Amino acid sequence: MSPVSNRIEERFRRLREERRKGLVVYIGAGDPDLEATRRLTLALDRAGVDVVELGVPFSDPLADGIVNQLAAQRGLASGTTPPKVLATVAAIRRESEVPVVLYIYFNLLHRVGLANFIRDAAAAGVDGLLVLDLPPEEADEYEGLMRDAGMCPIWLVAPTTPEARVERIARRAKGFIYYVSREGVTGMQASVSTTIADMTARIRRHSDLPIAVGFGISNPEQAREVARHAEAIVVGSAIVHRVATHGQDPAMPDQVGAFAAELARAVAEVSA
Amino acid sequence: MPDAEGHFGRFGGRYVPETLVHPLQQLEEEYFRAQADPAFQKELSYYLSEFVGRPTPLYLAERLTRELGGAKIYLKREDLLHTGAHKINNALGQVLLARRMGKTRIIAETGAGQHGVATATVSAMFGLQCVIYMGAVDCERQALNVYRMKMLGAEVVPVQAGQRTLKEAVNEAMRDWVTHVRSTHYILGTAYGAHPYPVMVRNFHRVIGDEARRQILEKEGRLPDCLMACVGGGSNAIGLFYPFLNDPGVAMVGWRPADTASCPSNMRRASMGARWACCRARAPTSSRTTTGRSS
Repeated sequence: MSPVSNRIEERFRRLREERRKGLVVYIGAGDPDLEATRRLTLALDRAGVDVVELGVPFSDPLADGIVNQLAAQRGLASGTTPPKVLATVAAIRRESEVPVVLYIYFNLLHRVGLANFIRDAAAAGVDGLLVLDLPPEEADEYEGLMRDAGMCPIWLVAPTTPEARVERIARRAKGFIYYVSREGVTGMQASVSTTIADMTARIRRHSDLPIAVGFGISNPEQAREVARHAEAIVVGSAIVHRVATHGQDPAMPDQVGAFAAELARAVAEVSA
Repeated sequence: MPDAEGHFGRFGGRYVPETLVHPLQQLEEEYFRAQADPAFQKELSYYLSEFVGRPTPLYLAERLTRELGGAKIYLKREDLLHTGAHKINNALGQVLLARRMGKTRIIAETGAGQHGVATATVSAMFGLQCVIYMGAVDCERQALNVYRMKMLGAEVVPVQAGQRTLKEAVNEAMRDWVTHVRSTHYILGTAYGAHPYPVMVRNFHRVIGDEARRQILEKEGRLPDCLMACVGGGSNAIGLFYPFLNDPGVAMVGWRPADTASCPSNMRRASMGARWACCRARAPTSSRTTTGRSS
């Protein structure tokens, strides 16, 4: 039952054809509640976002900075669970074909059971999983299940990843490779990392897959700068921060969508 | 020994963000090199005896033995070590390793504060910068240990997230490590976390069981019927038990508090979880957990 192609691969193929760069946006699921997440995802789609990364809230998000930690706390407080996030993706799918990646900690998959979770996620219309704390060395079973379900396992490369390991990761990757441009947790930064040019070049020596660069990109200027080196950029905390500011305001999806549209325009100025 | 990837059967492994994978591989390599290096072992035993105060006595608790009227009870007196707990066995071993690796900064998490005090002490001895993460609630409960750590030159960071106890302190220490991994060694305080921590912490504490085994053979000419240890994270228990694992007939019992207030929340439920960078079993909230053989 493995589909020929998946929405992520499809989207990056189209971006390549149109010589455009992509914009990946992270939001915390259930912040402030799942109905808002559904509306926000649709707004992001309209704003020109290419991939939506939905963070599944977890009590111990040790790779996340304070902005995303607080979003996860709000998500848990609104009663968000992994099955409810999948139901929300299914609801989004009734109106949108925007590629969706779940950003998730391994404990949540482990508790539900890998096979169950991956099956349900694919059925709900999820296109890829980014499991923060599951390195390829622990992922044989996961990879097999993901392949069978037709989903992309999104692998991370970090500034500390040596070349031999980049090669191993690149060999297993599907969809895109995510370069975490900083040693540290997620969060907004005043300047972009200086490792980007070197590391994206290193990844390209081993893979033709698109590279998405994230961690610390918080405004259109930085988005433009990073987009020169990659096929896509990822913006997380800067969006989540705006979600938090607008909170329960019914206009939140449109307001955050407007900021995403600014980022999309900045990225569009950089042609592939 | 665990397998090549640090699994003990269904447990263990390395569940960490990519940024930490290579640093952990380097730590593993350096640890196994150090373990096989006579110069490192000599340095470790020098400081264990001269600074930490090993060996500790195996003390016959005469009145307790009489009072309970059953087993002959010996106490392995880890409380007599410098800083007052077994924690320093591991803190010392890891700080020597950190120096070998050229790290200039030490971080650690602490619950009640014993591991923090031990880490602050060995960091001070070698002149290394030291930052201790401690839940804000624990900081209040254990103000004296906070004072000791500060007196030893450590910076103590009260962690305000979540329940403001040990779990959040570990998360915050991991976030610090992922940010400063090139300069910093994380002295994890018990036998948990990503490979190689569980095997490394066990090995730095096995001195407890090695001494106890030798001492009981000297005193009694036989092995004990039973070993008992309290289990929080499990470092003193595994340190005592490990050298007896191949001794059939030595029962091993780990005790943990039945009330949830004094038992770390991650260990309360009887289920498996992947947290703090490893897969581990969570023991039930019973008053006793039996390990190994009992016959």
